[in-house]
Amino acid sequence: MEFFLVTALNGASYGLLLFMLCSGLTLIFSMMGVLNFAHASFYMLGAYFAFSISARIGFWPALALAPLAVGAIGMLVERYGLRAVHRYGHVAELLFTFGLAYLIEELVHLVWGRLPVDYRIPPELDGPLFTVYGTSFPIYRGFMMLVSVAMLAALYLALTRTRVGLVIQAALTHPHMVEALGHNVPRVFMLVFGGGAALAGLAGVIGGNAFVTEPGMAALVGAIVFVVVVVGGLGSLAGAFVASLLIGCLQTFSVALDWSIAGALAHLGVKLPAGSFLAELAGITVAQAAPVLPFLLMVLVLVFRPRGLLGTRD
Amino acid sequence: MPAEALGSKSFNMGSWLAWGAAGALVLALPLLFRQGFALTLLSQMGIMVIFALSYNMLLGQGGMLSFGHAVYSGLGAYFAIHALNLIGKGVLALPVSLLPLVGGLAGALFGVLFGWVTTKKSGTTFAMISLGIGEMVAACSLMLPGFFGGEGGITANRQAGPPVLGITYGPAVQVYYLIAVWTFLATAAMFALTRTPLGRIANAVRDNPERAEFVGYDTHVVRFLQLVLASFFAGVAGGLSAINFEIVTAEAVGVMRSGGVLLATFIGGVGFFFGPILGAVIFTFFVVAISAMTKAWLLYLGLFFIAMVLFAPGGVASLLALNLSAARAGLLGRLAPAYAASAAAGLAALAGFVALVEMIYHLKLEAVNDPVLRLFGLTLDVRAAAPWVGAAIVLLAGSALYWLAWKRVRARWNEVHERLGERGA
Repeated sequence: MEFFLVTALNGASYGLLLFMLCSGLTLIFSMMGVLNFAHASFYMLGAYFAFSISARIGFWPALALAPLAVGAIGMLVERYGLRAVHRYGHVAELLFTFGLAYLIEELVHLVWGRLPVDYRIPPELDGPLFTVYGTSFPIYRGFMMLVSVAMLAALYLALTRTRVGLVIQAALTHPHMVEALGHNVPRVFMLVFGGGAALAGLAGVIGGNAFVTEPGMAALVGAIVFVVVVVGGLGSLAGAFVASLLIGCLQTFSVALDWSIAGALAHLGVKLPAGSFLAELAGITVAQAAPVLPFLLMVLVLVFRPRGLLGTRD
Repeated sequence: MPAEALGSKSFNMGSWLAWGAAGALVLALPLLFRQGFALTLLSQMGIMVIFALSYNMLLGQGGMLSFGHAVYSGLGAYFAIHALNLIGKGVLALPVSLLPLVGGLAGALFGVLFGWVTTKKSGTTFAMISLGIGEMVAACSLMLPGFFGGEGGITANRQAGPPVLGITYGPAVQVYYLIAVWTFLATAAMFALTRTPLGRIANAVRDNPERAEFVGYDTHVVRFLQLVLASFFAGVAGGLSAINFEIVTAEAVGVMRSGGVLLATFIGGVGFFFGPILGAVIFTFFVVAISAMTKAWLLYLGLFFIAMVLFAPGGVASLLALNLSAARAGLLGRLAPAYAASAAAGLAALAGFVALVEMIYHLKLEAVNDPVLRLFGLTLDVRAAAPWVGAAIVLLAGSALYWLAWKRVRARWNEVHERLGERGA
């Protein structure tokens, strides 16, 4: 019970962080049809910007400034990069973001070096929040969840209650009709791309110090965010939310379990010949297989339900 | 697109000459470049040529954007290196020269295994599912240390088994010729495949799957066959790299390698059969030669790739083809002065840019030990202001001149286009 509760809380906080990353990606993908390979790079930039800003004027200004800076970069990328390659089709757009991810990683190497930087949790958020069955839950995890939920609420209100939000929602399903009605769809694209980048940056600000801020962090989550978007269903924010929590819990639970097929067989009294390939395969624990599970889930979803959990289109 | 690009012209004398010349060049290259470094570079280029061509069977010919092509070459490499170890132990009686075949068959096997589910749909679904499979296999490589060799990888000795026809693979030049022969054969085979009914239908499925279905072809089967064949050639490339390096690590199935082949193929040009060959040569040159010269090579490669996506999405091959059509019409002379001017200005701008980048890298990485950077025969003190100002001036002046020169190139091209249009009409 103790294990279950603590892991579920950790899974939920990780899942909410993932959602912050994926909400922008889903919006960008469903509106513009662009699979943004640089999305995780914006997450990384958020973390590094926050590190640099918080070293000078503190964590709280960084929480606001770093996402804004990342959002501005996102808008510039859309305006001067993506829009230029748009006429060559989706493959060119995708390849552009793919190249951009390479470039951002190299620039991060150049500016901040190849080793992890010392980006720490601010002292006022350091410490235990409450204790469950003897295991303490850190304040910072609670803070992460709070920021994520606040962002979720803000995003929901912005999409359903504001004029721009309504245009975005309409452009999700009927971009040509929206353009025909006289809305400046390219500008909406730029706003959405910048907004999505800013959300990824915010995730970087609060995720960078909870985990490690290093040049490999973009590659680490880069593939996972695609899993979330595909599993949740293209074009569905609600689906991305469900899938984020699902993947978050899947990852946190699976790394903590040392079950294996060999162990299950041993309970039944079956013993595989030692040293054989079969024994090696059966001896893999769930914890060892943890990195594979999200991708296995993604492949299965794509094969059996290409529209994803809550998606409406294939 | 010109007719040749689509390959509709019959295989004539000129084509035989081109293939013969390419073969002769490949045979003669080691005589020109005798240093070990050049041979290493050429060997790696040969392997990359096969890999990129096999990738283009998916992207260019089949319209399938894959993010996991290294799965097939990497697993092919692993099977080949295990087979090589078996040859060394005397268990397997197979000449080392035929080892790439083992890699190819292993690649094709995994193509059959993964291909049926991945090729159900093309487009984004295929891209995502190939990414998923790529990540899955990459993650598996650390889970199964028995087969993948864990962090250290699997090593072997290519001087295994009794020498066949006196070939031992001791000297590097023998490995080069092995790779050259396989590259030539694989290129010819892949070219021949584009002329088979399957190759043609793959193009049709890429351009308009719905109509291909109406004509009576099962697009899923066509994509599947194309993927299996591409996996075979990717496996051949993997087998050759196993012989060349005598080690296979988890990087061989990694995401970086899948991304690399995409970069190489796209830079070369996906719309032409020979595009990926150019791309593989350029990409390997970046990875092997430029990386030995400067620490900023990834930045240059990334910028070059983005510039290609932005300004020449048809790749280097499309630029060549465009100029070739002008040359055939005898109009290249009109373009040459404008080209020369823009090339001179562009080189100046490039030199300024490279100087700035190199100084930034030097300042960040080595200035503590030695503030002096040697570049283009100059000694630049990165702590002083003068080199920075100088490089910036060269960059700005070069860019401005380039902008002016490029306007002339465009104006000339418009004229040439009109002429070409008149002749075509």
